[in-house]
Amino acid sequence: MATDARILPFRPTGEPLPAAIRAEGIRITRAGRRLLDLATLSLGETGVTALLGPNGAGKSILLRVIMGLVTPDEGKVWLDPALGLPAFVPQNPVLLRRTVRGNLRHALALAGVPRRDRTGRMAELLVMAGLAPHAETRARALSGGERQRLAIARALAATPRLLLLDEPTASLDPAATAAVETLIGQIAAQGVKVVMVTHDRAQAARVCSDVAFLNHGRITEHSPASRFFDNPASPEARAYLAGQLLL
Amino acid sequence: MQDFGQAFSQAFALVAGGDPDFLQVVGLSLRVSLSAVALACAIGIPLGAALATLRFPGRGIISLFASAAMGLPPVVVGLALYMAFSRTGPLGPLGLLYTPKLMILAQTILVTPIVTALSQAAVTELVREYDETLRAMHASRFDRIGTLLWEGRPALLTVMLAGMGRAFAEVGAVMIVGGNINHVTRVMTTAIALETSRGELALALALGLVLLALSLTLNGAVMILRRPEPELAHGN
Repeated sequence: MATDARILPFRPTGEPLPAAIRAEGIRITRAGRRLLDLATLSLGETGVTALLGPNGAGKSILLRVIMGLVTPDEGKVWLDPALGLPAFVPQNPVLLRRTVRGNLRHALALAGVPRRDRTGRMAELLVMAGLAPHAETRARALSGGERQRLAIARALAATPRLLLLDEPTASLDPAATAAVETLIGQIAAQGVKVVMVTHDRAQAARVCSDVAFLNHGRITEHSPASRFFDNPASPEARAYLAGQLLL
Repeated sequence: MQDFGQAFSQAFALVAGGDPDFLQVVGLSLRVSLSAVALACAIGIPLGAALATLRFPGRGIISLFASAAMGLPPVVVGLALYMAFSRTGPLGPLGLLYTPKLMILAQTILVTPIVTALSQAAVTELVREYDETLRAMHASRFDRIGTLLWEGRPALLTVMLAGMGRAFAEVGAVMIVGGNINHVTRVMTTAIALETSRGELALALALGLVLLALSLTLNGAVMILRRPEPELAHGN
């Protein structure tokens, strides 16, 4: 599937790709403050990657750079064309003033899903997100967890192979968090690469296969989750996991 | 006071009795104003949406002009159209002076800037709220504008009602370009002005009651449309 220059600021030009997602030399400065200063980041094509770090570390902006919503001052991002167009769910997704079904119908139409296939695909998404009983509920009357699951289901309308999630469980209670984490696990099990921003280290340990740790716009460490939590390599990650404030 | 009392009772009788002349004036008013609002919305809503969502040369000037023209004096618009469409004017041969068509044009000119500027403001708010989500859904620019207009329909209906309020209340322009000719171009506002000057308060009051009812209906509709959608019916 071809990538889209409008969405992805940089495209591969035929050179072999060392990873499904690769970012190099990403720099973003705003108002004299360096928000991102990324040497390299390579992510495989499966599993759930956590972009972990304290608030203000540059996690969300990195996710938007990968998505193509923010163009960096310098640097490049390559996405394997086999991943197709990435899907993205912001921290506070905006749901349309329609029913749950109406939101999904709109997303399927935007994704170019043929009319004859929409009903079946919508049923799949409703079941996957656990929202079938709420199909006719106004989306904005859903609870926080249900909204987040609807936003994720909506992002899956185009059957993406790469899903980017920005703090998908921020301000949710434990039950709603568990439901969203289960959904993320189901999506990853279907072969979709998930990259999620979180500042919740316990969530990263529960859900993610690998962790990229960011602090002050830099990735100080990227390693498998088990190694990261058992034996973090960077002093920043060690301090963060020890509960210290990173100033 | 007794005269006023009689005038009120006659006015109610006119409204209730369906006097043909009275109904004709009301009907022409509705036709002129609703046509003008429909045209103004057909021009102003897409233009407002374009000003809010697109970047193109002249955008700032159009935006400034639309905002400034919200306060166009109706008599000035009427005078300009009168000069353009009078027998010696450049558009005189079209023969539109003292016709409902020119009254519709006059009101369209007055209402379009209001619809444009208010639509631009409404869609700008929607862009702020929806843009990242829609871009993340890979919506084309056309799809984004379409979605914003659909999502913004309560705000845009309010815009339309504001335009209707302006059109129904307008008197200066339609008086000049329509001439207030009985059975031809007489509308509620011009009839009220005429009948009041002649001391025929009953018809003026009856038409005033209809205008008031229209105003109340429009404001009631705005209030209903502006009610926020219930959110977060339950917790997490």
